Amino acid sequence: MNAPAKTVGTSVKRTEDARFLTGRGRYTDDINRPNQLHAAFVRSPHAHAALGEIDKPSAMDVPGVVAVFTGADMAADGVGGLPCGWQVIGKSGVPMKEPAHPPLAVGRVRHVGDTVAVVLADSRHAARDGAEALMIDYDPQPAVVHLADAGAAGAPQVHDEVDGNVCYDWEIGDQAATDEAFGKAAHVTRLELVNNRLIPNAIEPRAAVGEYDPADGSYTLTTTSQNPHVIRLLMCAFVLNLPEHKVRVVAPDVGGGFGSKIFHYAEEAVVTWAAAKVGRPIKWTAERSESFMTDCHGRDHVTTAELALDADGTFLGLRVKTLANMGAYLSTFASSVPTYLYATLLAGQYRTPAIHAEVKALFTHTTPVDAYRGAGRPEATYVLEKLVEKAARELKMDPAELRRKNFIQPDQFPYQTPVALAYDTGHYEASLDRALELSEYSSFAERRAASEAKGKLRGVGFSCYIEACGIAPSAVAGALGARAGLYEAAEVRFNPTGSVTVFTGSHSHGQGHETTFAQIVADRLGVPMANVEIVHGDTNRIPFGMGTYGSRSLAVGGSAIARAIDKIIDKGKKIAAHMLEAGEGDIEYKDGVFSVAGTDKSLTMGEIAFQAYVPHNFPHDKLEPGLDESAFYDPGNFTYPAGTYICEVEVDPETGHVHVDRFTAVDDFGTIINPMIVEGQVQGGIAQGLGQALLEGAVYSDDGQLVTGSYMDYAMPRAQHIPDYRFDFTCTPCTHNPLGAKGCGEAGAIGSPPAIINAIIDALGPLGVDDIPMPATPLAVWQAIQDAKGGTARAAE
Amino acid sequence: MSIPISMTVNGQPVSGSVEPRTLLVEFLREQLHLTGTHVGCDTSQCGACVVIADGVSVKSCTALAVQCDGSQVTTIEGLANGATLHPMQQAFNDHHGLQCGFCTPGMVMSAVDLVTHAPNPTDEDIRKGLDGNLCRCTGYQNIVRAVKAGAEGMRTGMGG
Repeated sequence: MNAPAKTVGTSVKRTEDARFLTGRGRYTDDINRPNQLHAAFVRSPHAHAALGEIDKPSAMDVPGVVAVFTGADMAADGVGGLPCGWQVIGKSGVPMKEPAHPPLAVGRVRHVGDTVAVVLADSRHAARDGAEALMIDYDPQPAVVHLADAGAAGAPQVHDEVDGNVCYDWEIGDQAATDEAFGKAAHVTRLELVNNRLIPNAIEPRAAVGEYDPADGSYTLTTTSQNPHVIRLLMCAFVLNLPEHKVRVVAPDVGGGFGSKIFHYAEEAVVTWAAAKVGRPIKWTAERSESFMTDCHGRDHVTTAELALDADGTFLGLRVKTLANMGAYLSTFASSVPTYLYATLLAGQYRTPAIHAEVKALFTHTTPVDAYRGAGRPEATYVLEKLVEKAARELKMDPAELRRKNFIQPDQFPYQTPVALAYDTGHYEASLDRALELSEYSSFAERRAASEAKGKLRGVGFSCYIEACGIAPSAVAGALGARAGLYEAAEVRFNPTGSVTVFTGSHSHGQGHETTFAQIVADRLGVPMANVEIVHGDTNRIPFGMGTYGSRSLAVGGSAIARAIDKIIDKGKKIAAHMLEAGEGDIEYKDGVFSVAGTDKSLTMGEIAFQAYVPHNFPHDKLEPGLDESAFYDPGNFTYPAGTYICEVEVDPETGHVHVDRFTAVDDFGTIINPMIVEGQVQGGIAQGLGQALLEGAVYSDDGQLVTGSYMDYAMPRAQHIPDYRFDFTCTPCTHNPLGAKGCGEAGAIGSPPAIINAIIDALGPLGVDDIPMPATPLAVWQAIQDAKGGTARAAE
Repeated sequence: MSIPISMTVNGQPVSGSVEPRTLLVEFLREQLHLTGTHVGCDTSQCGACVVIADGVSVKSCTALAVQCDGSQVTTIEGLANGATLHPMQQAFNDHHGLQCGFCTPGMVMSAVDLVTHAPNPTDEDIRKGLDGNLCRCTGYQNIVRAVKAGAEGMRTGMGG
């Protein structure tokens, strides 16, 4: 029997598509339980208020309402606060401040949308009517909303016990060495920038169904999560104080995450807790306006940065100071984003010998801020790649050549940066050269002239990004303050008739794991893909899992599967040796066939699997029946995807409209399993980066109202906004995992914003514009043009 | 107050009794258990809920169920012909026009409506025609490719 053709490296069409294309996807809101109640959450309309009396009868009087619960009810049951999973230790060893975050507010509300009460009713409409009827006494108080105000003397305090609203004041790198580098610099480039606050907006709103079974005291939470095991752990150990073996968390089909569905949210704990209180299943689905107010936001940094260069453009030192907005409470991984996922990436692709970064994280009366696609790495890339491009302009050097001059060279790997990370491999010049070629950079001047002839301004911008993915070696993460291990688990189970069931802790919510993981399994075990089933998203079926974030699914989750496959093959060799009456050392395995070296004696994987489960003549003291192996994989290092993005824009100086005319992406993701899926990930990532650069931005009024609270106000990228991209890949395989894979989920969102903004600045340079904020809306661009003209023209508000 | 309604959904006559405020999407999802039609927003912007009613695409979160009394409604569940995917569904699979799948039913129904009214759309027609459908995963490029191929399939009566 011939093994099926190899699939790794080919664009196999996705197996999961069939159910999604026929309306048979099964998302949390598609699930209904007999006798269920519907939950509606009552949310604060104020950014900051003391919470007075909550008049439960006002809601209980509404027909269909069954129960109303408040923070006091949960506190009386001993329910704890939502925890933060990463402890950052600031300067002088001062640990970060972790104020309590009760699932339902107690005493005080701290952002618009803060969860105050839950109303349970027989129907969704009745629950909503009850929530609207609930009378609550608020005593509104002054709020602090913007980063620039939060640290000011006399600013309103978000938490009484957090002086000056400072969560932590942290640093990394060698300050003295950096100061010395600046002391001998021939040129210093300075930059101030804002990384705009974003709202993730997965199209599926969050939802949760809580169930309690009094027969055995068990709970089931079905939830829109990227990591059900993490939710189970956090909810059991910190919030509800439940035994993990009595709690099942299921994340069925999930309609996009982008980070926002990593975190343990209040509603998950409330529906689980309340299901036992009332003895009925409880279902909640967010409305989009709730998503805007309560899904964790992303980014929101204010940064000043300086790059020291010598006379020929060699980078000498980098100094960065950042304020990071935490929002009102510390979300699950909030503290790690502006520190270990941000400042550690400030070396970029360059040999900058001295770097020092300081990050001050502040609480404000806004929605909590946590990881959103890229999480820290887009912020780092935006700082560095804007700064490098500005340096090139100031030194009148070609921006590509200034980068090339400072790249870490292929023979310098492994490369220890001054900010903690050790890059294992890469070839940055290869990506740059391919991108220059693919973007036709050499003929840019002709296109610029053609645009000029039409009255348009054309610009080109670069971004050479790096990211740290495959988070992380548990030992490193633990040393840096992570309160979890960051490995992944997998189980590979042959069934007696030769099909394979794979259980993975990496949840799939658009990434296509059911296809790519099956490709790996099929190739390595010599079974057809159709006979491989990938199971994810259920704590009762999967041994364990740390979940999907930080582009870790393939590099860490896929590697765990590869390790389990190795164990299957080892076991198969033992069985083959017994069946073929040969020594185990003489058994060779290739493409699904076990053979005795130098003979024509062989058995297929299917025959081995069958024998494993029908072990009529196994020596049971030496050989166990069954063919089912599991593995936990803890990586040796992060992975370091990197690449070059080049953007060309055409700006209409009359209207400020920016047209992205050409976008070229060349990425090094190491070994690629399915090019079609990888391209899809990059396309989606770039769309989100383009959204950040040109369209999106969360806006709060000074009193803390979320002005961009719906799709009417928050500009999402639509089909018309996005150009066709040009793609290619270079490849330096990851050196420390069994697949050679680095991860591809976030690169597009990390690399694209500076390329786009740099292109706009390049286009507007002839008009004297030297900076542009994100999002570069037509208004912002037009205003920058007017300001550069020195005029006083202002757009009407 | 409940109002009796009846309509034809995916070729089958159905009837039910709804509160006046019940939306078409609520009737489809909650009473008919056709959960392929999704709700992604509350301002009629995202298009995850698009169905075809009496020959035109409709955001079913913006139509009252009672307005559709007597209508012919097609949802994503009614698009395939048995085990054979509609050319537009097949094209989305062929061109990786979906990732998480949540916007997909509305996107496919909008695309079918677009091609029904403009059988040979350009890329620009497609991008404009899908302005009422948000996708956060794909970046749209593969959706545009899929719709173009789906249009070809619909013209020739073949899979994408």
